[in-house]
Formats: sequence, C-alpha cells, structure tokens
Amino acid sequence: MIAAQARHVGWVLRSNPITAVAAVAATLLCFIALIGPSIVSYDPIASDVASALQPPSAAHWAGTDQLGRDVLARIVYAARLDLAIAASAVFLSFIVGALIGSVCGYAGGRIDRFVGRLVDVLMAFPLFVLAMAMVVALGNRVENIVIATAIINLPFYIRFARAEVNVRRDAGWVEAARAGGEGHLAIVLRFLLPNVLPAMAVQISLNLGWAILNAAGLSFIGLGVKAPTPEWGIMVAEGARFISTGKWWLVAFPGLALMLTVLCFNLLGDGLRDILDPRMRT
Amino acid sequence: MSGLGHTAKRAGQRLVTSLPALFGVLVFTFVLMRVLPGDPAVFFASGPNSSQEDIEMIRRQMGLDKPLPTQLVLYLYDIGRGNLGRSLITGQPVLSDLRERLPASLELTFAALILALGAAIPLGVFAALRANSLIDHAVRFFCSLGVCVPTFVSGLLLIYAFYYLWGIAPDPTGRIDIFTSQPTRVTGFLLIDYLIAGDLDGWAAAFRQILLPAITMALFVMAPLARMTRAAMLASLGSDFVRTARSIGLSDWRVIVVYALRNAILPVLTITGIVFSTMLGANVLVEKVFSWPGVASYALDALLASDYAPVQGFVLLMASIFVLVNLVVDVLYGMADPRVTVE
Amino acid sequence: MTAPDAPLLAVEDLHVTFTTRRGLVEAVRGVNLSVAPGRTLGIVGESGSGKTVTAYAITRLLDSSGRITKGRIQFQGMDLVQAPTRTMRALHGAAISMIFQNPRAALNPVRTVGLQIADALRAHRTMTAAQARKRAIELLDEVRIREPEKRIDAYPHELSGGMCQRVVIAMAIACEPALLIADEPTTGLDVTTQKTVMDLVARITAERNMSVLLITHDLGLAAKYCQDIVVMEQGHVVERAPPLRLFSDPQHAYTRRLVAASPTATSRVEDLVPDASLAVPLPPLRPKTKPAPGTAPLLEVQNLVKRYGETAAVDGVSLTIAAGESVGLVGESGSGKSTISRMICRLIDPTGGDILFDGEAIGSIAAREFHRSPLRREIQIVFQDPHESLNPRFSAFDSIAHPLRRLGGLAGDALKARVEDCAKKVGLPLDLLDRFPHQLSGGQKARVGIARAISVGPRLLVLDEPTAALDVSIQAVTLQLLERLRREENLAFLFVSHDLNVVRMMCERTIVLQNGRIVEEGQSRALFDAPATDYTRELVAAIPMREVA
Repeated sequence: MIAAQARHVGWVLRSNPITAVAAVAATLLCFIALIGPSIVSYDPIASDVASALQPPSAAHWAGTDQLGRDVLARIVYAARLDLAIAASAVFLSFIVGALIGSVCGYAGGRIDRFVGRLVDVLMAFPLFVLAMAMVVALGNRVENIVIATAIINLPFYIRFARAEVNVRRDAGWVEAARAGGEGHLAIVLRFLLPNVLPAMAVQISLNLGWAILNAAGLSFIGLGVKAPTPEWGIMVAEGARFISTGKWWLVAFPGLALMLTVLCFNLLGDGLRDILDPRMRT
Repeated sequence: MSGLGHTAKRAGQRLVTSLPALFGVLVFTFVLMRVLPGDPAVFFASGPNSSQEDIEMIRRQMGLDKPLPTQLVLYLYDIGRGNLGRSLITGQPVLSDLRERLPASLELTFAALILALGAAIPLGVFAALRANSLIDHAVRFFCSLGVCVPTFVSGLLLIYAFYYLWGIAPDPTGRIDIFTSQPTRVTGFLLIDYLIAGDLDGWAAAFRQILLPAITMALFVMAPLARMTRAAMLASLGSDFVRTARSIGLSDWRVIVVYALRNAILPVLTITGIVFSTMLGANVLVEKVFSWPGVASYALDALLASDYAPVQGFVLLMASIFVLVNLVVDVLYGMADPRVTVE
Repeated sequence: MTAPDAPLLAVEDLHVTFTTRRGLVEAVRGVNLSVAPGRTLGIVGESGSGKTVTAYAITRLLDSSGRITKGRIQFQGMDLVQAPTRTMRALHGAAISMIFQNPRAALNPVRTVGLQIADALRAHRTMTAAQARKRAIELLDEVRIREPEKRIDAYPHELSGGMCQRVVIAMAIACEPALLIADEPTTGLDVTTQKTVMDLVARITAERNMSVLLITHDLGLAAKYCQDIVVMEQGHVVERAPPLRLFSDPQHAYTRRLVAASPTATSRVEDLVPDASLAVPLPPLRPKTKPAPGTAPLLEVQNLVKRYGETAAVDGVSLTIAAGESVGLVGESGSGKSTISRMICRLIDPTGGDILFDGEAIGSIAAREFHRSPLRREIQIVFQDPHESLNPRFSAFDSIAHPLRRLGGLAGDALKARVEDCAKKVGLPLDLLDRFPHQLSGGQKARVGIARAISVGPRLLVLDEPTAALDVSIQAVTLQLLERLRREENLAFLFVSHDLNVVRMMCERTIVLQNGRIVEEGQSRALFDAPATDYTRELVAAIPMREVA
C-alpha cells in the first residue's frame, strides 16, 4: 500500500516536474523563514543614510532603500513574519471551517441552509473590504490581521468541507457504518473527516498564497504591521513613493518575493490535487 | 410561458432574500462604529478644540447616551433618510462625497472587467480546445502567474515600465490630468461624458489615463476567469450532448459555440459575480497606487485619519453594490439557464 | 453499385488502442463483423469487452486518447478508417447516426428539443427555420410524443428519461440515415419504458429499412430485437450466431458462461454457474417450520408511511417476513422500494406506521438512536454499488471488522478469527483482506460488503439491489453466494430489485410496489405466471425474455 502510494507520488512528480520544483521551493522558503535572519549580513532596521537608494550591486544584491537599509536583508527577515501570519490564519480557519462545514454537511436541514446562506453572503462580499473593516474594528495590530485573514478564509473551508461531506453522507459506506452501530458524531469525526481532509489539505496550500497576498495588501495600505518592521507589503508601499523616479528595486524585489512565495504554494496545491485526485489513481 | 414575468418574479424574490444580508451589513457597520477605538462624538464635534460641553451636546444629539437598541433604531432611521454622517476631512456629508466619487470607482471596475472578460474567455476557450498543447500550458502558466502578483506590485511595475522607462503612459495620478478640461457631468463616467460632449481628445486622454489601472486590475482577475472558462469548456466538450451534436454531423463551429460554449458560459457567469466583488475589494489597492479619486481611496484616506463615518458609508455602499451585482448575475443566470426555476 | 446481399457495414480486423498513463491499452483487438441492409446486429458483452469502443470507432467519435491502429471499416463503398474528417461529418446523421445511454445527458440542457432536432435537420439539408420546425414536429409525432406542437418548445429537463430518448431517436432519424448505432439505449430506464423505447426503435428502423447495431449487456434484450448477435470478450469477437442458436447451442466457453449466467423465467440459482469449479453446491433448503401459533413473525411492518414535504414516498405499506424467508420487493424507480428498505434497516425514520422485529416495536426508536439498540445487529444491509459502499480509507479487513468491533465487542485475535471466518464464508481469499477498495474488483468488493453484513450474525438481511452494478457473470456468482448463505445461516431476506428475473429466482414471495403502495403480493411463481393486476402484468410483459430451448 505504502509502496503503491510512493509509486503514485513518484509518477505524479515525474510527469509533473513543476510540482516537484514547487515542493522543493516551499521547503526552501520555510527554511529561509526559520534560519534566514542568521545568514544575512545586514541589519534590517538600522539606517545608513550615506548609502541610501543605491541600485543593486555586489554589496547590496537587491539595492538599498531610502534609509540605506539592505533590501535583501529586509526581504529575508520579512519571510518569517509573512509566512507566520498566513500560516496561523489558514490553520485557524482550516480547523474551524472543517468542523463547522462537515457538521453542517452531515446534518443538513435548517442549520445547514442557514450556514450555507451565511457563507454565500460572506463569500460574495468584497472580502478585502471586510478584512479592512475588521482590522479597524479590532485594533490595528498584527494579531488582528491574522484573525481578519482567518475569518475571510473561513467561508471557503466551510463551503468546501460542507460540499465534500454532503456528497458522501448518503454513500453506502456511511450508511453501512450506521448499520454497523456507529453514532452520528463518530461518523462525522471518524469516517467523513478523514476522507475529506486530504482534499482540504490541497485547499490549505492554495489558501496560504491567498492569505499572504491578503496580509501584504493590508500592510500595504497601512494596516497591521507598522514600519520599520520588515514586511513585504510595507516595503512595497515605501518603495511606491520612488517608482516614478525609477527606483524599481524597492518595489520589484519584495514584489518578486511575494510572487514567488504565492506561486510556489499555488503550484504545490495544484500538484497535491493531482496526487489526491482519485481519478488519477490506479 | 412569459419569460419576462418569470424573470421579474425571480429578481423580486432574490431581492427579498438578500434583504436580510443587507440588514446584517447594516448591523455590522453599526457595531463597527460603536466598537471603534475612541468616541464617535469626538469625531463629529466641529474641531479638535471643542469643549467638553460641545461633545456632550453632540453625544445627546447623536443619541449616544441612549441604550444600544435605541441607538440601532436611530441609526437605521438615519440611514433610511440617507444620512450617513459627515466626513471630518472633507467636511461634506458622506453621502454626497460617495455620490461624487462612485462613478470613478465603477468606471475603473467595469473597464477592468471588460478587459478581463475580453481576454480570459477567448484564452480559456482556446486552451480547452487545444488541451495539453503548448498554448494550453502557456495560458495556464500565465494564469498561475497572474494570481500570484499582487495588484499593488503589478500596478507599480507597470508605472515603472510605461511611465518612467518608456514614457508612453501619462502621469499615473487621477482620472484626467489637470490641463484637460472636464466634460459636463452627465453620468460621472468620464469615458461616456466625453463622448456625450463630443470631445474626442478628452476621451482619448481619459482612456489613456484609465488604461494602466484597468490593466492592473484585469491581470489579477483574469486568472480565475480564464481558468473557469477552460474548465467549463473542457467539461462541456467532454459531455454527452457534445458527442450527440457531433454524431448528427454539426459543423465544428456550431458544436463549439452553440453546444459547448453556450453551456460553459453558465459557471463563468457565476464566477464573474464573485470576481466583480473581488474587484471592489482590490479597488482599494489599485486606487491607492494610481491616486484614483474613487470611493475606495476616499475610505482608505478616512480610515488612516481615524475618520470613521466615511468608512462606514463605504462598507454600506459596497454591501449594496454587491447585493445589486448578485441580483444582476442571478437574473442573467436565470435567463441563460432554463433549468433555473422560481423556487 | 453494391450487390444485393453485400453488407452495409463491414468491419475487418479492427484494432483500437488507448493511451493511458499506464501505457498503451488495446481495447479492441481484431474485431470482424458485418451488418446487412435492413438487419439488426447485436453486440453483447460485459464491461471491458470493447463493445462500446467498437461502436465509437465505427463512427470515429472516439475520445482523443483512443486511436484506430489497424483494420478497415467498409461503409457504402468507402473505408471509414481513412475517411477525412469532412467526409465523416457529412456521414454523421445523414448516413450513420447514434442513440446513447443516459438520454437526458445526451441532449443540450439549454436548448429546446425542437431546436436540437432542427440542428440535426439543417446540418445536412438546406431548409429555413420554419421548415425545420415543421419537420421537427412531424418527427416528434413519428417517435410517438404526444402533443408535439407543445413539446417542441420544451427543454430536456422538462421531459422524462423515456421522452428524452425519443427525442434523441428523432434527431438520429431526422436525415434518414442507413445505419443506426444504439449504445445501451435503455440502460437507466425503467423496464416498461425500456420496452416502449425498444419497440419504437424496432418499428421505425423496420419502416425505413435501416440497419441497426445494438450494443447491450442484456442478453434478453439482444435476443428479442436482433437478428444476429456477436459476443465480445476482452476486445475479441468470440462468437457470432442468430439468437436462437446462440442460446440453445453456444459454442464458445465464454458464451456458455454468459448464457448460463443470464437469468430467465425458468432459471434456478443452481444453474447460473455452469462451470463446476466455480459453482458451490447449495445446501438443501431447510424445511419450513410453521411458526407456533401466537408467535410473531420475524418482521412485521404495519401501515408504513414516509413523506417528504407534501409527497408521500411510501404510503401505507404493510408486510411480514418470517424467519428464514426470502421476500422480494419490486417496482420501478420512484416506487418507494429503497425508502422502505432503509426504514426497515432503521437508517431513516418513518413518518407513520410501525415496524415490529420479533414482536418488538422498533419503528418508534429514532434512527439516530438505533445504533445503541441490541436489535441493531439483527438487521443488516447490503448496498447497491459495491464500490460506493466501502469506506475508501478502510482495508477489507477493517470494513468487515467494523460492525464486529462496534456491535460484537470483539478485539484482537477473536476479531481476527471472526473476520477470517466471514471472509471464508463469502469466498474472499484471505490475502485480499489488507487491500483497499480501489485495489479490489467489483465482485470482490461485493463479497466484502456481504461479509460485513453477515459478520454480526443478523437474522434479517436487507439487500438493496445487491447486483445492479455488477456484470452478469459476477451477478451469477454473487447470487449463488447469497442463496448459499441464506440456507446455511437461516437468514431472512428482503430482496429489493428492479430485475424481475432475479427476484423470481431468489425469492419465495414477491411484493410489487407502485407509487409507494403495494399493488400485488403473492408467492413468486404464482405472481409471475399469473399476475392479478394490470400493472404487474405490464411489468412482467416488459421483461425482455429469450426463448428457452
């Protein structure tokens, strides 16, 4: 069984090398977030006005900003914060969403219709605006960025878990479990959730990218993380002032970091979906 | 069977069912207002040096000394009369500020939507027709890339390339440069107002100005549209009814358009509604990057200046637009899919 | 141009290969067949035999992953394998047309049926929209759709499955083709609808002297409507003969197995598997002991009602099952048979009426509480689709062990011994126990499902279409297995099925349902031989029967 699984993973990676690259890149990214600060040689906060706004060079691979800080060092430091915000937000919404969604999907009836309607409303609403409003209401702090991002992610997980459980709730094996003496709660937790989780893991990877974009967007408009903390969104916002004068590296490099991170998680998510797709299985 | 009456009935029903959602947003903005840091009465006082009595008086005027439920009723009453409060920064009633700026936001959103649909649907269809070909992979890669670049980065890079480097784009601030004369306001949409005024030079200037922000936004939302078009097209091309259409000897063009695309457009329509509301949110970022004088940048400025009435008004406006957009999408869907019935 | 007896279609040494991710798979390996003008040829075979692929290869409508690698398809003097796409398009609908299984999906859901028929007409003929509409109305009339002027503006979802199939037939005959290929045209339709659709196809093609290629898994259907039958197995044609000879004197071993496995009006369970090595001797039926007067039957259902909103899915059904008795529940879709079986299993709650098991009222115990009842283990169920009825994350062992753990309180070696015992009883090799559902064949999955149901030693087994998703040869083995278990364990069966031949064979008593009510009930043989009500008579008459030599 494990051998077959490994063969399947191997096949997917071989026939889809992009996924393999994405998986390696994601690992590398997490690695940089963990140990990055100890391998860069510049202080991300201390200013050095003498060498302000220098284009990329051998000393400063990604140039320096208006206060003379090394852009690459700030990007590396920011990786930890950005990933931490996104990961904790996605984790929160995943746990809560999977539980609410699968219970609703299994129970059906009035609660399900109510939650379904609520989720529809929430999902169709401009979520970024909602996140903005929530950060303002809760207070302009990093933890509230996490909470706001988690809440706007929630509807996706609820809807996903609900749909996945719903198509299975009348499946023969679920009815068989009931005929085999299993109660409703146990069926949701021990039978349905394990079957739904792999598909939801794919969502996690896809949503991580989205959550990073969201958090960066919020700090770009001045919510959440405050300068001089290194954070990709803030760095772009600061660089925006100099773009009309041609200082492209202030925007391009943090932007590239954002893009590559999101791309990596999205590709990984797509690849995971292929691995888990039962139609691709033998 | 009266199709029109049917559609109208359905629209009416959807409007009624979306009222609770709108009410929910009202309550949300009310709570938002009340839990915000600081005392609203202070913000509504005439200036920073108003006395304690002034504030107390405003507090009483605004009913802030009353219990919360009463305040909610008063708030709803105010909303009902179109009184959204007054902005501290502009000193104008929020409603008139919003009315002034809404066309700019809508013009940008619609321009971007048209661009995005115009590019995404042909690309998606083409990718599906040549599944797994080089073109398919290129489209998919481009789409994967599109969702990864945040609008505020792509907007800035576009400015760098087209304005700073090549100098083909105008100064990326606002809807029209200060030297061009404004047309008489009819719709508030510059591109339409210039046409009405017959001022083609003005139209071209406005068009050049809107192009970069619209492209920025379109790039971001093209990916989900093209992806959905491709997936829906693939599903329809593989469906039994397309096989039937081929088995009776219809031409390829007819099979693709009348049978496959006609069905594939249904999920695309649904996702267009979602994309539209994403764009309303993304407006905040794009308007900031391009100093676009729309409602989102207005709300953002107010937000950063702790001026909360405009924020509240903005959220309410977004909610109403979203209800309206959903209604339109729903009606369109009802017309496009005969299987939808009045429930 | 062609000689009078020259075939309209001649397939010679046809090979079709599919590109899959496990490499190239040859689905059709050297098929030869021919259809004479005005004749009907049946292609029968089980899933994977290549019969459908052959049909699609002839029309060149294969998936993009399938390719004709060798062979010739002679049709009206040309070789379709070599024909350019433009030629094929001109032939589609005008010379060769198709009807499909699942007719509702075969129609464009957002286009009225009238426009779709008009599409078929205008693909090959120059006519105005108004002319096409007029002709479409005539065609609807020809396929016996009542009030064609009204129906022409209907969308497919507004029509029943049978009506949709008539529309597809109307499209197929619109341009008077010479050959009609019917791919499982009645699968998924109720038996009475099946008969009307097939009679319609037979009449229309006979009137126009069309040739028909009928692809089906149902030997009875092929026997009734075809002049010639070819039998396919694993991409090969193994035998070709007229139906009478095919059934009375099958030459090939596979044909013999297939013919024996297809139940007829007189088959016995014992006869289904001719191969002695596969057949299991059935123990004799236990003599029925008359229950002592005053004791309750094993199951008694009184006036059972289930409503969904306003509509009653089950409307006052009463029945009894004695210990060790086998009772069949038959009816068409929507008759409420599945709902009844689920209520008796206490998986859903009835709206009214009572269910007594061993004299104890269990209908009033809520379905969500019933798993705690000591009677839970007495009533078990075998589900329709063996694949769908196994938890994808459970090995065969876990699936069988689950009720034993929950209801039997077994663990460790005792559990293992009991699971292996059950596996032996259902003939499941022990080395398959640690496999997962996607690693098992359909028949093996069916055995796991049965083993799970009997593991806790129930007295009543509810069988909900237990073989509907299985090929006929696997059905035969499974039915034999069930019959043997019933005799060995003295089980009572509630056998839910739409297949009257199977029920007649498996059940001592049969109950006929229509629209949630019992229309007739009696000893199976008497009921099928001399139905008392019109509805049952119609049902019995609709079964495609082959003559038994």
